[in-house]
Amino acid sequence: MAEYRTHPYDVLVIGAGGAGLRAAIEAAGSGVKVGVVCKSLLGKAHTVMAEGGVAAALANVDDRDNWKVHFADTMRGGQYLNNWRMAELHAKEAPDRVRELEAWGALFDRTNDGRILQRNFGGHRYPRLAHVGDRTGLEMIRTLQDHGIHAGMEVHMECTVLSLLLDSGRIAGAFGYDREKGHFIHWPAKAVVLATGGVGRAFRITSNSWEYTGDGHALAYRAGAELVDMEFVQFHPTGMVWPISVRGILVTEGVRGEGGVLRNSEGKRFMFDDIPDLYKAQTADNEAEGWRYTQGDKNARRPPELLTRDHVARCINREVKAGRGSPHGGVFLDIAWIRQHIPAAEEHIKRKLPSMYHQFKQLAEIDITKEPMEVGPTTHYMMGGVRVDGDSQMSTVPGLFAAGEVGAGLHGANRLGGNSLSDLIVFGKRAGEYAARFAKENGPVATDAARIQSVVNEALVPFERGGEGDNPYQIQYKLQDSMQDLVGIVRVESEMQQALDIIGELNTRAARAGVAGHRQYNNGWHTALDLPNLLLVSEAITRAALLRQESRGAQFREDYPEKNSEWAKYNNVVRQGPNGEMLVEKREIPPMPPELTAVIGEMK
Amino acid sequence: MSGTVMISKPTPPRAVFRIWRGDAGGGTFQDYPTAIDQGMVVLDAIHRIQAEQAPDLAVRWNCKAGKCGSCSAEINGMPKLMCMTRLSELNLDMPVIIEPMHAFPSIRDLVTDVSWNFAVKKQIKKFSPRLPDAEDGTWRMQQVDVDRVQEFRKCIECFLCQDVCHVLREHHKHEEFIGPRFLVYTAALEMHPLDTADRVPDLKNKNGIGYCNITTCCRQVCPEGITITENAIIPLKERVVDNFFDPLKKLFHIL
Repeated sequence: MAEYRTHPYDVLVIGAGGAGLRAAIEAAGSGVKVGVVCKSLLGKAHTVMAEGGVAAALANVDDRDNWKVHFADTMRGGQYLNNWRMAELHAKEAPDRVRELEAWGALFDRTNDGRILQRNFGGHRYPRLAHVGDRTGLEMIRTLQDHGIHAGMEVHMECTVLSLLLDSGRIAGAFGYDREKGHFIHWPAKAVVLATGGVGRAFRITSNSWEYTGDGHALAYRAGAELVDMEFVQFHPTGMVWPISVRGILVTEGVRGEGGVLRNSEGKRFMFDDIPDLYKAQTADNEAEGWRYTQGDKNARRPPELLTRDHVARCINREVKAGRGSPHGGVFLDIAWIRQHIPAAEEHIKRKLPSMYHQFKQLAEIDITKEPMEVGPTTHYMMGGVRVDGDSQMSTVPGLFAAGEVGAGLHGANRLGGNSLSDLIVFGKRAGEYAARFAKENGPVATDAARIQSVVNEALVPFERGGEGDNPYQIQYKLQDSMQDLVGIVRVESEMQQALDIIGELNTRAARAGVAGHRQYNNGWHTALDLPNLLLVSEAITRAALLRQESRGAQFREDYPEKNSEWAKYNNVVRQGPNGEMLVEKREIPPMPPELTAVIGEMK
Repeated sequence: MSGTVMISKPTPPRAVFRIWRGDAGGGTFQDYPTAIDQGMVVLDAIHRIQAEQAPDLAVRWNCKAGKCGSCSAEINGMPKLMCMTRLSELNLDMPVIIEPMHAFPSIRDLVTDVSWNFAVKKQIKKFSPRLPDAEDGTWRMQQVDVDRVQEFRKCIECFLCQDVCHVLREHHKHEEFIGPRFLVYTAALEMHPLDTADRVPDLKNKNGIGYCNITTCCRQVCPEGITITENAIIPLKERVVDNFFDPLKKLFHIL
C-alpha cells in the first residue's frame, strides 16, 4: 500500500500565481475550505515576472476608453478566434478587479490628479495599462499573497501534482508529492481550480522558468477535459539575446510604450515597412507622429513598434534572417535616443524602467540610458489551454475549473500585452466563485485507491533505474531544441512531422528515465516527472499547428502564409481518444450575439 | 539566430565550484570542475553541473532574472542571488565556494527551510485602508506620497537581509525578532498613505525592533537596493521612541 498524507478540501487550487491566489481568495471568502498547492514558494510564480501592466478600461488617462473599446481591441488582437463571452466579461470586469487590488494595498503609479496612471501598450487603442514602473506583476502577486494569507486558505508550498482524481466522471481531488521531502500527498476535493500557468519550457529560448511544463494542460487532458487553441504560442518580440546564458529573459513592451524604437543593423526603423491592413488606420506612418503618441498626444496614432506581438516578432525574425540583425542575432531596441526629446532622459528612463535598467546593467553590462539593447523573440505565453465555459470557467469535466494562462479562450490567436494580468484577476475570481458554488452544491467524493497506487508506482520507477536510466535533463534539452527549431515562429508541415517523430522517440526515452539518490529535494527526479507533461503539450501544439493550414495570429505557416477566411470559423480542439490516442478536430465557433457584433462594427 | 560570441576579455574555459552538499544531519564541500562560457552567472554553472555531473544537486530557483528571489545563497561568503552573480565578477583562479544561507535550517544542498519567514509575515497586522475618497469607491494619492512605500514594495523576498542579520544568523533570535525583511514590510504598511492600523506597539513588544543596532549589513546585501536601514528601520525606531520613550509624554502620563 502506498503511504501518503491526506488533506481534504472543498476547493483545491493548483497554482499560486495571480489566477490561483485570486481564485483562492474568492472561494475562501464564500466560506468553503480552500487549499492551495504550488510548485515553488509562495510569491515566486511567474506573475512576478510581468512587467508592463494590467489592462483595464479605467479611462483615467484618456476618457474615450471604455469596455467596448477594450473588447474590440482584444478581439482584433486575437484575430476573432477568441471566446467572445470571455472577452466581453474581461473588458467589463477588469476595472473593478484593478480597483479591488488598490483596496487590498497595491500602490500603482499615479496620475497628476491622484488616480491610477495608465500607459500605452501594443494593440490597445488608448493608454490602458495600470502599472508600477516595470514591476507590475510583483506588485500584483504580493498584494494577492499578503491579502490571501489572511483570507483563510491553507498553502502547500513546493508540492507537485502528479494526477487529478475522478469519481464517476466528476473531479475528486488531486494526488502528488512535496518536493522538499518527497512524501506523497492526497488532496481530496469537491472542486479543483487549475491555475498552473503555461508551457514555455517546451522551447529552448523562453522567458519562462522551470515550473512551466504544461502541468495543468496535461492533468486536465488526462482527466478527460478538452484543450483548445493549442497551436497558438506567443513569441514575445523582445527577449534578451546576449549573453547566451540570459537569452530569452523578457524585455518589457513598456520600453516601446515609453518611446523605445526597433532598428536593424543599418540603423533603419524597419517596423514602418510592414504595417498590416487591419491596423493601417490606427498606426503612425512617420516617426514624429509615433513619438507624439508615446508622449500622450491624443491625436497621434501609435508607432508601428506597438503593433501586436506576433507581428513584431515576425518582423524581427525577418530582419535577422535577411542579414540585418545585431551582432548576437537580434535587432536593436533603443530607448536612449529619447534624450533628443527629453532633457533629463537618463533619470526619466531609470524611473520609468528601473528593472530593465538593472537587468541590462547587471547581466549584460549595458547601460540602456546610453546604448541600445539587443533583443530577439522569446517563447512567452500560451494562448491555448483548457476549454472552459466563459462565465464559470468550468471545463468539460464536472468540478474541474481553469483560470489564467492554463485556461483558454480570452486571447484567441494572439494575446495583447497587459491582458494577461487582467485575465488572472477577472477569471481567477470567477473560477473561485463558481468552484466554491460547485463544492457547496455537490456531495462528498470517493477515493480511487487503485488509481493512487498506480500513480505512486509510476512516480517511483525512475529510482529503480537509477543512474543507468536515461538522463532526464538531456531528454528535456532535446525536446526544447526540437520544438524551437521545428515548431517555432515559422512553421512548415515537413518540419512539424519531423517534430512528431522526435516527440515519439522522446516519449520512449522518458519512459526509461532514471535518477540517482533519494526523494528529498531531488531536482533530477522532479525533472523526470515533469517530462511526460512537457511531451504531451508539445505533441498537442504540433498536432493543432499541423491541422490549421493557414497563418493567423501567433501561428505562421510558411507553407500557408496567408490568412484563410474559412479557418476564421474554427478553433482546434485536442482531446484524448478512447484508446489513449490524441485526437485533434476543428470545432465551429458559436455565432457572436448581435450586440457584440455591433460593438465590433462601431470600433472598426 | 547565430550563436557567435564576441570575446571582449579572456575568460578561463573552466572553473571549479566548491559546493556544500548535505542536509540537516550535516554535509561536506565537493568540488565540481566545469566548463564556463562568456556572460555566465553562478546559477548557469549550477545548472550545468546538475545536467552533467550531479543530477540530484538540490537548488531552488525560478525566474533567473533577479525578480523572484528564489536562488539566494552565499557565494564566497557573500549573501547573493545566484542568478545575478556573474562569473566575471569572481576570481576564478580559486574555487568558487557556494553554500546555502546560514540563517535558516538546511533541507538539502543549497536549499534551506525558509518557512519561518512566511509564518512571521502572517503575524503582522494586515493592511486596513481608510474609507474611500471618492463616491465611486476609489482613492486619490499623489505620486510623491506613494514613492517611499514603492521603494519597500520592490522587495522580492529573497531573505538575504534575514540571512546576513547577526540577530538571526549568530544569535538565533527567530522567536523574538522579525528581521529586516519584515521591518521593511511593516514600514510599507505603516507608511502606506491609506493604511489606518497601528503596528508600533507590536514593533516594540512582539517584533523585537530594539534588537536591531543598525549595522546596515542588510541594506548592503539587498539585491533590489532598498535603503532598508535608513528609510525603513530608523523611521520605525523613531516611531517606537516617540510612542514609548518620549520623556515629555512620560511626564504627562505621570501628571
